[in-house]
Amino acid sequence: MAVLVIAEHHHGALSDATHKVVTAAAKFGGDVDLLVAGEHAAEVVPAAAKVSGVRKVLKAEGESLRKQTGESMEALVVPLMANYDAVFIAASTTGKNIAPRIAARLDVMQLSEIIDVVDSSTFTRPIYAGNAIMTVKSSDAKKVITVRGTAFEAAGNEGSASVEDVAAPEGPFKSEFVSEEMVKSDRPELTGAKRVVSGGRALGSADEFNRLIVPLADKLGAAVGASRAAVDAGYAPNDYQVGQTGKIVAPELYIAIGISGAIQHLAGMKDSKIIVAINKDEEAPIFQVADYGLVADLFNAVPELTEAL
Amino acid sequence: MKVLVPVKRVIDYNVKVRVKPDKTGVDLANVKMSMNPFDEISVEEAVRMKEAGTVTEIVVVSVGPQQAQETLRTALAMGADRGILIKTDATVEPLGVAKLLAKVVADESPDLVILGKQAIDDDSNQTGQMLAALLDWPQGTFAFKLEKDGDKLKVTREVDGGLQTVSLTLPAIVTVDLRLNEPRYASLPNIMKAKKKEIVEKTPEEYGVDISPRLTVVTVTEPPVRQAGEKVEDVATLVSKLKTAGAV
Repeated sequence: MAVLVIAEHHHGALSDATHKVVTAAAKFGGDVDLLVAGEHAAEVVPAAAKVSGVRKVLKAEGESLRKQTGESMEALVVPLMANYDAVFIAASTTGKNIAPRIAARLDVMQLSEIIDVVDSSTFTRPIYAGNAIMTVKSSDAKKVITVRGTAFEAAGNEGSASVEDVAAPEGPFKSEFVSEEMVKSDRPELTGAKRVVSGGRALGSADEFNRLIVPLADKLGAAVGASRAAVDAGYAPNDYQVGQTGKIVAPELYIAIGISGAIQHLAGMKDSKIIVAINKDEEAPIFQVADYGLVADLFNAVPELTEAL
Repeated sequence: MKVLVPVKRVIDYNVKVRVKPDKTGVDLANVKMSMNPFDEISVEEAVRMKEAGTVTEIVVVSVGPQQAQETLRTALAMGADRGILIKTDATVEPLGVAKLLAKVVADESPDLVILGKQAIDDDSNQTGQMLAALLDWPQGTFAFKLEKDGDKLKVTREVDGGLQTVSLTLPAIVTVDLRLNEPRYASLPNIMKAKKKEIVEKTPEEYGVDISPRLTVVTVTEPPVRQAGEKVEDVATLVSKLKTAGAV
């Protein structure tokens, strides 16, 4: 058996998520090859060849693979799949964009965002935003899989894989990259952050949200999140929303401030390692999932906490 | 431009899902069902494009049981023009849905298909991209903003860490993310008008599509239950607990 892992990289650096996907692929079994595709793929190859457990790095370099668009990656990966039993990719926005195109072209049903590999045809994945866990068996000959990174340990960097060139597909494609506007912030990105501080409706205004939540997040080097109620009330922008219809997070530390803990919010954060809740209502459902609950007025407790850390 | 918008009937997002005791799935009996929230955003976007004059007709389609007709009616009340119900009581996986939609596209020749990025029941996030591959059309997934630009469509996408803009040659597939718009509530007069709009019923067999599932559910279980933790007295205790746990 052989598995192809599609590497994710940004500005010449191999993503941490790729190391986790390699771990998942190794659990599937067989030889693991790592595909590094992009406009400047060569820059990433040395790091890719070091990932523990990788047999071979496939380097596909070319302008047509810029930003790994779904159309170009489909053209690259589908022919390669003649040699592989499965393709694994991180369940990032890149992976989610690419994988279903490959699956459809191979006429197989993709397995999305797996959290465990039971055997080479059986996988575990969350459904209903993590409110149920489904174990599912695939009858397809080839498997197309996206992997939830938080569920696997990262592979080490003790490998020494060989490197092989593969040709980049000929463009042009019907989709063209125009521009990118990345958030320039020292703060980590919400879905990948190790720590998250979230605020809820009890903050009462956008000003208070910024005055209380942001300094605590800065102190912890944490990403900032919000409940749907806080977003709906305009205290925080939409992309801060943690919950079933927002972002799903599983950081090592999640601090929920003034969040009551509606089902829709809990669905987005209950897999966090340590949950802290600060709320003045001791009956708030958030306390049922919190490791440490502090029943207190957030307007006093939060500045005190920021100060104490 | 003609737009096709697929919609799915799912458990309402406010309902707490319960896993069946026999672990075969989640309990759908007597549970409130609604349109998938991301699909509401797709319908809204199509209606806004029609109001702006860039779209001439909106066709909505749903694959599901007879009751999925209610979901189509909701879309019609929001402003879609007519509906197609592909009736089946079977569970249809994203690959099967994409194949059915490819047939509908062949019949209807839309310039654009707008889908929700994922359904909040199986969380697959596949159908739009699969349809794009089957049709060999370009895709703009996780849309934050759409702009018609001559015979192209500029799609600004929500990607990890920011926004990315791609230019698609029409016809194209778009899947929508949360921030694209805020869907409207249908007004009572529009709900009444929607009752008169046409819904055509079809079956997967009529389209000649094999929808037999490729995946077999082994078990569906509750996620591991979190131990309710402890209440702490004050901030100082909280900080010391967090330090002991190595969390700060």
